[in-house]
Amino acid sequence: MAISRRRFVAQGTLAGAGLVIGVRLSPGNAFAQENEKGPKAKRVNPFDAYIHVKPDGKISLIVAKSEMGQGIKTGLAMILAEEAEVDFSAVSVEQAETRPDIYAHMGTGGSGSTMENFMPLRRAGATVRELMITAAAAKWNVPLNECAAKKGSVVHEKSSRRATYGELVDAAQKLPLPDPEKVELKDEKDFELIGHATPRVDIPAKVNGSAVFGLDVRVPEMLFAVVARCPTFGGKHAHFDATKAKAVPGVKQVFEIPALGRDMFTAGGVAVVAESTWSAMQGREALQITWENGAAAAESTGTLHTALHAGAAKPGKRIRNDGNVDTALPGGAKRVEATYEFPFLAHATMEPMNITVHARAGEAEVWAPTQSPDWVQRTVAKILGVPPQKVMVHTTLMGGGFGRRYTADYPAEAAQIAKVVGRPVQLVWSREDDMTHDFYRPAACHQMKGAVDANGRPLAWSHTIASTSIGAFWDPPEHQAPERSEVGGAEQMPYAIPNVRLEYNNVASAVPPLWWRSVEHSFNGFAVECFIDELAAAAGQDPVQFRKSLLVKPANWKAKNDEDPDPARLQAVMELAAEKSRWGTPLPRGKGRGIATYHSFGSYICEVAEVTVQGSSFKIDRMVAAIDCGQIVNPESVRAQAESAIIYGLSAALKNEITVKNGAVEQTNFDGYDPIRISEAPPIEVHLMKSEEEPGGMGEPALPPAAPAVANAIFAASGKRVRKLPFSLA
Amino acid sequence: MPAFHLVINGRPHEVEIAADTPLLWVLRDKLNMTGTKYGCGMGLCGSCTVHLDGEAVRSCQTPLSSVGTKKITTIEGLSADNSHPVQQAWIAEQVPQCGYCQPGQIMSAAALLAQTPKPTDAQIDAAMDGNLCRCGMYQRIRRAIHRAAGEGA
Repeated sequence: MAISRRRFVAQGTLAGAGLVIGVRLSPGNAFAQENEKGPKAKRVNPFDAYIHVKPDGKISLIVAKSEMGQGIKTGLAMILAEEAEVDFSAVSVEQAETRPDIYAHMGTGGSGSTMENFMPLRRAGATVRELMITAAAAKWNVPLNECAAKKGSVVHEKSSRRATYGELVDAAQKLPLPDPEKVELKDEKDFELIGHATPRVDIPAKVNGSAVFGLDVRVPEMLFAVVARCPTFGGKHAHFDATKAKAVPGVKQVFEIPALGRDMFTAGGVAVVAESTWSAMQGREALQITWENGAAAAESTGTLHTALHAGAAKPGKRIRNDGNVDTALPGGAKRVEATYEFPFLAHATMEPMNITVHARAGEAEVWAPTQSPDWVQRTVAKILGVPPQKVMVHTTLMGGGFGRRYTADYPAEAAQIAKVVGRPVQLVWSREDDMTHDFYRPAACHQMKGAVDANGRPLAWSHTIASTSIGAFWDPPEHQAPERSEVGGAEQMPYAIPNVRLEYNNVASAVPPLWWRSVEHSFNGFAVECFIDELAAAAGQDPVQFRKSLLVKPANWKAKNDEDPDPARLQAVMELAAEKSRWGTPLPRGKGRGIATYHSFGSYICEVAEVTVQGSSFKIDRMVAAIDCGQIVNPESVRAQAESAIIYGLSAALKNEITVKNGAVEQTNFDGYDPIRISEAPPIEVHLMKSEEEPGGMGEPALPPAAPAVANAIFAASGKRVRKLPFSLA
Repeated sequence: MPAFHLVINGRPHEVEIAADTPLLWVLRDKLNMTGTKYGCGMGLCGSCTVHLDGEAVRSCQTPLSSVGTKKITTIEGLSADNSHPVQQAWIAEQVPQCGYCQPGQIMSAAALLAQTPKPTDAQIDAAMDGNLCRCGMYQRIRRAIHRAAGEGA
């Protein structure tokens, strides 16, 4: 599909004149100017963001990145403003319309918003600056190198002339674009925004109720819908009687919607549409439904527990095999074995799933709190039988994502309902719906075996993971590799041990799995960092010194891929965390410190927990985190993300588990699945390391080390190993 | 349907609705005042917190019939221009991440400070434990309350 300036402007996206630059954020860094002679992409548009420099000198970055509270609208504006040499306040980040023909890449997840966009946006900002300088130099007929850009103007000091970007934009947009790979980037020591704490632009609207989340969308004539779903996974309604439901004041329609399979994975059920959310909920209460539970009714946490333990105890698919674990293990002076257990976990975003869809003749409009607006668009289009480009998706703010808001299940349900209703309809999931029909963090059992020699050097490390698998559930049958989504971080176990083996066994379950903040690192980080601690204890060594001796970086070390941690960076964050937590200084009886150092999503984070254990209860006194996430854009956002991920991880360590009985989730609300509250939240100290490396992610990587740091601290304080989540010392 | 006369943020409203309808849904669906959030419907998360005559209540557990003549204050009524000291403190400490729970957090904090101008950490725990924040911004919430109280600012 060809794009041209005329057509683009005609869409109303970029009304008004000015300079428009299309940017490709990922992957590859091509970008080009939008004009009549612009690139004519045949099918896939090369850009996923646009920069619009307006005649008033303001700059808009139009990009399809969802704001979930990670502060991306602030961070991206900082990067662009830095290189473009404009005030931060001159740049605004606008939510792109969902148009895959205009924006190529629309997902927000994998902690990727900053790490993917940092260099492309720097180059794009530098391009703006260079065009402005070129335009000014031509206008004044002076050499380029005598002109400088500062705060949205170009200055020629010799002649004391000055022109704002607004004044130059007409001339600038007629210039050919410089090669984006060759534009001169600012020296990092001259950064005035990048690396400096900057207040988030999304916060003011979030303290007065004006921020619009998905559930806050209000459209004229809209109705509200809830769906009664079979509590048992894969079950369905045998029959239902809607007489009483229809008698509830405000209820307009009651009808069934079928379950949808691959890619959507909806439960189906009975939809109740009403004039208000409350009426719809009351109507649903009044439904009389007979459920047909199906095969999943045979599954309970107990049966799964048995299957997971069996899976962890038998040989599995070999993922890593250094040396020979079988011959090395028996040779150890001391052998250690540990089995770690991890339950299913719900995302439990504060804002339950919801979406508003208006199906009209041949087209639709959607208001979606989503991490993947293009998936929403494809799904709604498919169900309504209209072309995707006829489905306009507005991405709203969302009350938490954590991976949950990537899927197309709730959009599919809403489209099914909207097709029948014909008016705008907001599908609302109650907290109970959200808790019992989530896609869950896989449940897992890890069996570890290790041995150290008489000098305390580790000889062997054997790790067998058995888990339910995200990949096995979501990947099409022809691309099955269940281990792929489950072994990250365990495969890259960073300690220099001569004999290492990792194996994987997939265990079937009816409980649908999904990415949950930090995905497999949420359990692999625990297994690796607790077991290395157990080996340190077996070796009779200090946990920090023991790790340090094993974080060896060979002279010719080179990362195998993005997932491969640099041992030196792991060690550096550990040293900082140890120093800041006063590791090694004496603590009163009953108190202990524990450490975990871990790499995920391109960032290195070490956490030290300090706990007090009294009998079978314990309290986390404080958490200290040391972070190397490469170059930092907004330190304020990095700190907030670290605090957030630590609390999210501690909720799982201390309190949360989803259990299944007769194929249905037993926890229905925050009484059964209660995240950490303020009285339980420990003080968190975050220490940031200065780094010249490329930015890593920060949405997730502070999570994996939190639970093992606490478990190791409990051991230090009490001698008890906690090997099952959530923790119990009883 | 019975008619109810409500005073919300100083303004009179008249709604005709079933008497057992929770105040939360009257605000959100009938009056389109969406600042007050739905989180659990059981009084477990505090996202729906509003003030009735200055006292923090969970609007999801407040049937309209129980409101009587009490004056209702929602997040929109605290101040539209973010000038309330709690809002100011929330911005200064950069409290919200996703922000969904924050109207409830702010209303609980404002009610606490109205009654206890200089709360201790234990008093903050007691007043704020009913408000979940899934983004875990608790230490910022604590700091912001102290700041709004004129300490540690």
